Amino acid sequence: MAEVRSLWKYFNSVPAIKGISFEIEKGEILGVLGANGAGKSTLIYCMLGVCSFEKGEIIFFNNLKMPKDRKKILERINFASTYTSLPYSLTVYESLLVFGNLYRVKRIKEKIEMVLDMFSIKDLKNTPLRKLSSGQLMRVNLAKSMLNDPEILLLDEPTAGLDPEIAEKTRNMLKKRCKEIGLSILYTSHNLNEIEDIADKILILKKGEIVAYDKKDQLIRKYGVLNLKELYFKVASDES
Amino acid sequence: MSLRRIFGIFLAQLFLYRRSLTRVLEIFYWPTLDILLWGFITLYLQRYSASMPKFIGFFLGALIFWDLFFRAQQGITVSFLEDMWARNLINIFVSPISMGEYLAGLLLLSFFKVSISLAVMSLLAYLFYGFNIFKMGIYLYLFLFNLIIMGWAVGIFTLGIILRFGQEVEILAWAVAFLFMPFSAVFYPVSVLPRFMQIIAKFVPASYVFEGMREVVEKGVFSWDLFFYSLSLNIFYWILTIVVFKLLFKKVLKKGIITKIGG
Repeated sequence: MAEVRSLWKYFNSVPAIKGISFEIEKGEILGVLGANGAGKSTLIYCMLGVCSFEKGEIIFFNNLKMPKDRKKILERINFASTYTSLPYSLTVYESLLVFGNLYRVKRIKEKIEMVLDMFSIKDLKNTPLRKLSSGQLMRVNLAKSMLNDPEILLLDEPTAGLDPEIAEKTRNMLKKRCKEIGLSILYTSHNLNEIEDIADKILILKKGEIVAYDKKDQLIRKYGVLNLKELYFKVASDES
Repeated sequence: MSLRRIFGIFLAQLFLYRRSLTRVLEIFYWPTLDILLWGFITLYLQRYSASMPKFIGFFLGALIFWDLFFRAQQGITVSFLEDMWARNLINIFVSPISMGEYLAGLLLLSFFKVSISLAVMSLLAYLFYGFNIFKMGIYLYLFLFNLIIMGWAVGIFTLGIILRFGQEVEILAWAVAFLFMPFSAVFYPVSVLPRFMQIIAKFVPASYVFEGMREVVEKGVFSWDLFFYSLSLNIFYWILTIVVFKLLFKKVLKKGIITKIGG
């Protein structure tokens, strides 16, 4: 579904991503871990085409390349992040209507009702975004990310602002969609337990380089550790 | 180009206005204030200007035209700033919208705001001073065409600079239009300018519009020469703006600036 090949990204001659390669299969959740500045967000922004890269290839759906096929790719993927906002003067419904138009969603009103229901925010429909808590805003952001029925979802710390119950519910919903409709997800987080719970495959970044990448169980076996937490501190901490 | 996406950008801005009284008032506030303040100054000056019977026409026409140029430019830059302040740029640019579609959405909003400003100012000018700008007939629209496309070129150029250099230069959204004011010969003919400023004025499309407007008010004659000078310069500046904007946007993507200012 998505493949990154030997990707290099520099900021002022300093490499932020150093020749990384990985794949996301259909219906798979790839958990991306790394300290602040490891390159997780830069990687996502390169994949989304809002940040150009110097070397390498980003290929979606077998033959669509970023940035050449940017429009075709972005029609079929979506993104949500704790760190981005939506127009705060608009209501939840208006905001979704705007993005529904940007994604040219068919039967837009039905679709909005569906995503509102999916993230249990129907009661907030007519509330201006500025009046929502950070957790509620994140759920609107996630609802926006589902508007175009994406085949691939890029999520940058999506549950960082959510309370544990909603975070659990969100993860379960995402897992269900992966199983049912083959949604593929790239999921970054600082929460090791969360990644352990949701991800099929793990990718750990350290200073722009991949220090571990494989299926969860295989990684644990390969490094002879008990769990993901132990693995993370073994390969990604500053002392490692 | 997708009309639906262009409409989406227009809709986002329109919703902002629907929900914000201050934004709506802003559309009416400045045109009303300008027309009242300058209109009464004009009346006062006219008492001492028997030699210039068309003084009201010159002044109010210039005032309305300048305001529309300013609104056209602001319709682009301030709407972009709204998205930047709302930290919404990333969500917009990770959607399948192209920069062309985004800009077209802002142009649509700008046109909408200019139309409202024209309606408000022309109504007030007629009610308070008996000045009917629509007496210019079709010429009015030809003048406005050149002014608005110049305003849009200035707006897109400014947007590119703000996008590239971020919030530090956002003041340009308001300041750049006024840079053109002295050279546009808004309230006086180009001939009163010092020589070096006259040379600069020759490269400003708006200067031909204001000169042309004064000829229509004074003699009732429309100068096609002035119109085509202005149009040719506008075409040149649009090409230049697109080229510069593309270069700036390439740099923006290279430096990942959208992810910093837009999220």
